[in-house]
Amino acid sequence: MTDIEDKDIENTPEKVPAAGPDAGTQPKTAAADDSEEVIREVTASDYKYGFVSDVETEVIPTGLSEDVVRLISKKKGEPEWMLDFRLKAYRYWTTLTPPQWAHLEIPEIDFQAISYYAAPVKKEGPKSLDEVDPQILDTFNRLGIPLEEQKALSGMAVDAVMDSVSVKTTHRRALAEKGIIFCPISEAIREYPELVKKYLGSVVSYRDNFYAALNSAVFSDGSFVYIPKGVRCPMELSTYFRINASGTGQFERTLIVADDESYVSYLEGCTAPTRDENQLHAAIVEIVVEEKAEVKYSTVQNWYAGDAQGRGGVYNFVTKRGLCRGNYSKLSWTQVETGSAITWKYPSCILKGDGSVGEFYSVAVTRNRQQADTGTKMIHLGRDTRSTIVSKGISAGHSQNSYRGLVRVAPDADGARNYTQCDSLLLGSDCGAHTFPYIDVMNDTAVVEHEATTSKISEDQLFYCNQRGIPTEEAVGLIVNGYAKEVMNKLPMEFAVEAQKLLSITLEGSIG
Amino acid sequence: MKETEDKEILLQVKNLHARVEDKEILKGIDLTVRRGEVHAIMGPNGSGKSTLSAVLAGDPRFTVTEGSAALHGANLLELSPEDRSHEGLFLSFQYPVEIPGVSMVNFMRAAVNAKRKYFGQEPMSAGDFLKLMRTKREVVELDNKLASRSVNEGFSGGEKKRNEIFQMAVLEPCLSILDETDSGLDIDALRIVASGVNKLKTPENATIVITHYQRLLDYIKPDVVHILYKGRIVYTGGPELALELEEKGYDWIKEQVDAKEL
Repeated sequence: MTDIEDKDIENTPEKVPAAGPDAGTQPKTAAADDSEEVIREVTASDYKYGFVSDVETEVIPTGLSEDVVRLISKKKGEPEWMLDFRLKAYRYWTTLTPPQWAHLEIPEIDFQAISYYAAPVKKEGPKSLDEVDPQILDTFNRLGIPLEEQKALSGMAVDAVMDSVSVKTTHRRALAEKGIIFCPISEAIREYPELVKKYLGSVVSYRDNFYAALNSAVFSDGSFVYIPKGVRCPMELSTYFRINASGTGQFERTLIVADDESYVSYLEGCTAPTRDENQLHAAIVEIVVEEKAEVKYSTVQNWYAGDAQGRGGVYNFVTKRGLCRGNYSKLSWTQVETGSAITWKYPSCILKGDGSVGEFYSVAVTRNRQQADTGTKMIHLGRDTRSTIVSKGISAGHSQNSYRGLVRVAPDADGARNYTQCDSLLLGSDCGAHTFPYIDVMNDTAVVEHEATTSKISEDQLFYCNQRGIPTEEAVGLIVNGYAKEVMNKLPMEFAVEAQKLLSITLEGSIG
Repeated sequence: MKETEDKEILLQVKNLHARVEDKEILKGIDLTVRRGEVHAIMGPNGSGKSTLSAVLAGDPRFTVTEGSAALHGANLLELSPEDRSHEGLFLSFQYPVEIPGVSMVNFMRAAVNAKRKYFGQEPMSAGDFLKLMRTKREVVELDNKLASRSVNEGFSGGEKKRNEIFQMAVLEPCLSILDETDSGLDIDALRIVASGVNKLKTPENATIVITHYQRLLDYIKPDVVHILYKGRIVYTGGPELALELEEKGYDWIKEQVDAKEL
């Protein structure tokens, strides 16, 4: 691509990382006519998931206290040990202040103004367990996620979470035949307490950070996955998170355990209604990968991002971390981040097992007034551990997009190997792209590489496309998808097409 | 100059003036191209040859200040670059642009379907499109691998130019402008590119070959040769004019024009 620039250089024991410059410029180009179905969809509404469902919802009063934590636990019918876990986290949280180190301007959040539990009310009357409120089914249908068992997507099991509760999990029977557990975490706490007790908080402790402590105190629902030894999960597992109620936050918690020699591919999607208020989403995802097991975790994050003036949008403060505990285990994170007003998230791998492998593939798009500070941590503890980081940032409008990553090689991690590629693409002259790579190597057999580029879509590229008859908006979509291809190729097929469309849609109108 | 007055005029450029920023580069171009003709535009460096092709194609860096340009009667200057393309104008770039990560297949499919949409047609089916790609590849002996690679990324100079002619073959323009297509080509690549252009020639379309040297014109025979100097066409003749230039260089033209200016 054009304009590969030299970056500032930091001193590190190994290879040198590069830090990105602040902004580039994109000369003006005539906006082209609308084209492609994708773009037409957008002209109708900027964010097509912005609708609100008329579902009767029980929302507890705003504010956070020990009593609220007890209330949430009681509503979930939790055992004593779970309540203790929450209370410890809550007490610890009260001693903390929100982190300020990210390259983000976060307005002060009044944590007492948020309601910490909102649940669609179950209609009365004798119903089978599987029956779901038609309004909710309709909501998920509109999101492209049919929940009725007979219409459910083949090849993909879905756990649908609306506000604070899981409303439906599909394909459970087929999975159970293989011994796979895929259910709402609230159910797992009741049904599989030993497994949950063993793993919950083992990768992300409630003491990890401010938002992890908050989540540990008030988390509502999310998914629990357990893949038994030697089982290859026959379908994609997916959780779809939907915020619907206003004045609430969503605090989901996902726990995935892949036992020895098992495999699972897990997808996460999320959307929220268009609102003027900011909504808080503070999640934790914990993954444990045992010997020779492999977990692929893919996210397409499309929370409401706020309007062009920066009003509204979701604050997405998420702690995602996996532990490659067994030897030769593998964890791969793929994320396409297009939504949220503010994103603060670093899906990480702790490579404890010898020969374990961590991967992070990310496309982060920011436009309008969006801010993203996202990246990963690769912590090499075991011998011959390998990690790959490919981060593609795309900034437009007045947005700020930062990559922040840490590669740490511990003293005993002989033969550790990391490769990092960190690219930024700028659309427009008012946006910012930043790179904050940290490299911390304590073993002299390690090899750590960092490559970084900054580029912009050149007028030459657009004119070339125009000359061949391709209108500018479509050309931008093509070029951006080409730029992000390396990451998009890592997504499961079911997601890749949607994600490609999403990239084109998100950037519609960014040039001009 | 051959008498071809009976043929329909395809491109009519009148008194075309264009500038980039504050600098006037085209200072009144008059040019008439009829269907079935091959025109060569020659001239020393900096005379405005590439600017003329860019302006006709609608490159937004140039501003047209005066004059007109019509392609089969359509006012080119009012059309967006993509609509000029749909109307049948093709520019083979002197420096084809690289678009990393975008495969030639995807790129061409977007181009073909944009054109079909312009004419109210449904997008081409994947099968038909791949068939089209296969047929057109043969025109410039482009192999299968090249078509699946990213647009111009890591292509050699020769491959880039062959790729331009391949795109021309797919889009079937009525007017092709080849901007310095011979630059950076070895003799074999030159022969392939030229033979591709010749294969695509029909009585209905026309080609403007912009070149510095006679060399390309040994393979693509022009009907008319123009000399562009200081933003104007100062001399128009038959194929023999190119040979004369090859022999005598541009100095005699420059002297004549500069003398007039005094």
